[in-house]
Amino acid sequence: MDNYSQSNLIIAGVGGQGNIAASEVIAMTAIKSGLNVRIAETHGMAQRGGAVHSMVRYGKKVFSPLIPEGDCDFIISLEYIEGLRWLHYLKKGGMSIVSTEKRLPYTVSAGFSEYPENPEKIYKKYGSAIFINALELARDAGTERCANIVMIGAFSVFESFPEEDWLISIKERFRGKFMDINQKAFFLGKKAALTEVKQK
Amino acid sequence: MVKVGSQKGLGLFSGNEAIAAGAFEANVSLGTGYPGTPATEILENLVLYPGVYAEWCPNEKVAVEVALGASFAGYRALSTMKHVGLNVASDPFVTAVYTGVNGGLVIVSADDPGMHSSQNEQDNRHYARLSYAPMFEPSDPQEAYLMIKEAFEVSERFDIPVLFRTTTRVAHSRQNMSIEGLRKDREPLFVRSAEKYVMVPSNARKRKKDLLIRVRRIKEYSESTDFNFIELNSHEVGIVTSGPAYLYIKECFPEASVLKIGFSYPLPEKLIRKLAQEVELLLVVEELDSIMETEIKSLGINCYGKEFFPADGELTPGIVADGIIKAMTSLKQKSYAIGWTSSERVEKIPERPPVLCAGCGHRNLFYVLKKMRAIVTGDIGCYTLAVNPPLSAMDTCVCMGASIGEAHGFEKVQPEESKKKVVAVIGDSTFVHSGITGLVNAVYNNGKSTIIILDNRTTAMTGHQDHPGTGVTLKGEKTVELDFEKLAKAIGVKYIAVVDPYNMKETEKALREAIEFDGVSLVIVRRPCVLIEKKKKPPYYIDEEKCTGCWVCLRLGCPAISKKGDKAEIESYMCTGCGACEFLCRFDAIHLVKEKTDG
Ligand SMILES: Cc1ncc(C[n+]2csc(CCOP(=O)(O)OP(=O)(O)O)c2C)c(N)n1
Repeated sequence: MDNYSQSNLIIAGVGGQGNIAASEVIAMTAIKSGLNVRIAETHGMAQRGGAVHSMVRYGKKVFSPLIPEGDCDFIISLEYIEGLRWLHYLKKGGMSIVSTEKRLPYTVSAGFSEYPENPEKIYKKYGSAIFINALELARDAGTERCANIVMIGAFSVFESFPEEDWLISIKERFRGKFMDINQKAFFLGKKAALTEVKQK
Repeated sequence: MVKVGSQKGLGLFSGNEAIAAGAFEANVSLGTGYPGTPATEILENLVLYPGVYAEWCPNEKVAVEVALGASFAGYRALSTMKHVGLNVASDPFVTAVYTGVNGGLVIVSADDPGMHSSQNEQDNRHYARLSYAPMFEPSDPQEAYLMIKEAFEVSERFDIPVLFRTTTRVAHSRQNMSIEGLRKDREPLFVRSAEKYVMVPSNARKRKKDLLIRVRRIKEYSESTDFNFIELNSHEVGIVTSGPAYLYIKECFPEASVLKIGFSYPLPEKLIRKLAQEVELLLVVEELDSIMETEIKSLGINCYGKEFFPADGELTPGIVADGIIKAMTSLKQKSYAIGWTSSERVEKIPERPPVLCAGCGHRNLFYVLKKMRAIVTGDIGCYTLAVNPPLSAMDTCVCMGASIGEAHGFEKVQPEESKKKVVAVIGDSTFVHSGITGLVNAVYNNGKSTIIILDNRTTAMTGHQDHPGTGVTLKGEKTVELDFEKLAKAIGVKYIAVVDPYNMKETEKALREAIEFDGVSLVIVRRPCVLIEKKKKPPYYIDEEKCTGCWVCLRLGCPAISKKGDKAEIESYMCTGCGACEFLCRFDAIHLVKEKTDG
C-alpha cells in the first residue's frame, strides 16, 4: 500500500438503510491497511426517511472530511436513485456501485414528481457503473436489514483490502451480532459484483 | 446512540466521541446537557466513562446551572448543547463569566452552519464577544480531543468558564486517532467567597473589573498557545482561518500561508500582524459571520473576506477554492487552478424530504387537526415534519416551547366574533424543556387556548433520549416520572384529556371538546414512538378488488403507502400495523395481512 494516494467515496441512501454503519465498516477496514481516514456523516432531521449520505476518504494523508466536487472515486448507492444526487462529484473514470432497491420518496408516491425511468443510463453517462440486487441478496442472507453489508461486499471487489480485514471490521462494528448473516451478505455482494464485472 | 470508537478502542472517533474522551482524561466529574444535533453524542459517550457523573437536564439553562454548581464546589464540569441551546442557557452563562469558576467549567456549543438539523444558523462566536468568555474552535476530532483538555486548564488558570465551539462538520465527522485514556486525580476544594459567587451589584461591579483584567491576561495566552499558529509558505497570500475551513484550505491551496486560529477569543493580535507583514494579500476565510474579518479590520489591517466567501451556509472545499480563486483573480490579477473539476448536476431527481415514520402516532393527530381546519402553532421535534404535504398541518415553528405562548397570543388578539380555533402542538420533551412556563402563563392570564402534548415517551428527533417524563435517567436508572396530568392540574388547567392517537375517532372527539372548552384545555396524545415500541403488530394489505383509487389513504403521507397504477399499495415490510389507513378507507379495502392468509 506504499503508493496509496487517496480514495474518496460517497455512500448515498435513505435514512434508516444503515448508511453510517456502512461508512464505518469501510473506514475501519482502511485503517487496518495503515491508512488515515475521515468520514463526514448525516445525523438528525434527515434520518427520518430523508436522503442521507456520508463521505469516506482514506489515504496516506487526508485533510478535509468533505470531498471536493469532482474528486470522488466511488459512489455507493444503497437505493436506486440516491446516488444520482452525487454524480457531479464523480471524477473522470469514477464508478458507481448501485443497489437496485427502489424506495419511493414521498414526493413520488404522492404524485408530485416522477421516479427517474432509467437510472442506469444516467449513472453510465458519468462513469462506469454496476448494479446489484442488494435487497434480494440480503433476504437470501437472512434479513433485508443487511443490504448495506451486501453493498460493502460488492465494493470490496474494487479495493485491495484483504478479505479478512473486511470480515473483522464487520464483526467489530456489529459487536459480533448477526455475524453469520452479515458474513453471508458480504460474500453474496462480493460474488454479485464479480459476476457483473466479468460480464463486461 | 453510542457508537464504536471510544469504548472499543478501534480508533475511529467522531468529534463528539473525541470530546467525551478528552473530558474524561481532563478529570471531568460531572457532565450535563440537553439533547440537540450536533451535540447529543458527547454526553451519551461521557456517561460511559468510569468516575464521571452525567445527566440530561430538562433544558440547557438548568444544564449550565448544574455544571456551574459542580464547578463552584471545586470539581470540573462540562455542559453540552447545540447552538440555540446557548440562547436558553445564556442567562446563567453570561454572569458565570463574572463569577468565574473554581473547578474548570467548559460549555460546548455545537453550531450548525448550513442548518442540517436546526431552525437557524446563528454564529455562536458572538457569544464569546458578548460574554468575554474565551473560546476554542477545533477543526477536527483529533484537535477537539486535545483542545478540550486544554480548555479545562485555561478555565482554571484564568478563573473563567470557557466556550468550546464545534460545528456539525467537527461533531459528526470521524477520523482515526489514538487517545491516552488516562485520568489524573485532582483535589477539589470549595472555599466560601460571597464576593466572588454572589453577584449582587456591588460584588458584580468588582467582578466586572476583574473580568477585564482576566481577559487581558487571556489575550497574552492567545498569542502563545499552540492552538494558534502560523504556517508560512507563499508570501503572495496569507489566510486567517478557523474550524474545518482550515482543512479545506490545506486541501485546495497547500501553498498558501495560513494563520490557523484554534483559540478564537480573544484573537491573537500580534500573530495576525505578523502574518499580515509577511504576505502581499491577507484573506480571512471564516464560516458564517464576518467576525474575525471585522476585528482584524478594526486593528487597521487591510484584509478581504466576505466579498469572496458567503456569510450563510456551510463552507465546503469547493466554496473555499472558488472564493480564493476569485480573490486572487480580482485582487492580484492572477489565475489559479485546482486539481479537480466537477460535472453538471443530474437534473430532475425527485426530492426526498424526511417524513414521519410509518406508524408514527403524530401523523394521526395532524390528520385530525387538518380535518378540523385549526390554526396550529407548532413546535420543534419530529412532529414538525407535519408541515410538509400532504399533512401541511402546521402554521408556525420558531423555537422550543414557543407554540404555547404563540397560541395564547393568537387567542388574545382575535376578535370574539371571528375567532379561529387555535391549537398549540408540542412534544413531550419540548414541553418539559420550555413549555411548562407557557402553560402557567396561559392559565394565569385567563387564556382559552388548546394545548396538545404529543407524548411519544421520548425525545425522538435527536435519537431517543430520556427526559423527566419518561422516568429513566441518562444512566438508564429508573426515577420519578413527571406526571403531565397532575402537573397540568396543579397549574390550574380545568380540561385535561388523554387519548391514543391510533384511536382517531376518540382523538377527534377530545379535540372538539377541548376547543369548545371555556378556558385553557390540554389534550395529551399518548403513543410511544414506533421506533422504540418493541411489540410489533402485523402489517396491512390493500384488497385490489375493493380499492377504488380514491387516494384518501395517501393523504396520511405514510411512507408505506404508495400508488401502484390506479390502486394503492402497502409495502408490508414498512407497515407497522397502526391501522390509520384502515380507519380512513371507506371501501373496506384495507385488511390485516393475517386475515389474507386465513381466508
Ligand atoms: C434550545 C434547543 N435545544 C435543543 C434543540 C434540539 N431539539 C429539537 S426538537 C427536540 C426535542 C424533540 O422531542 P419531543 O418534543 O419529545 O418531540 P419528538 O421528536 O419526540 O416528536 C430537540 C432536543 C433545539 N431545537 N433547541
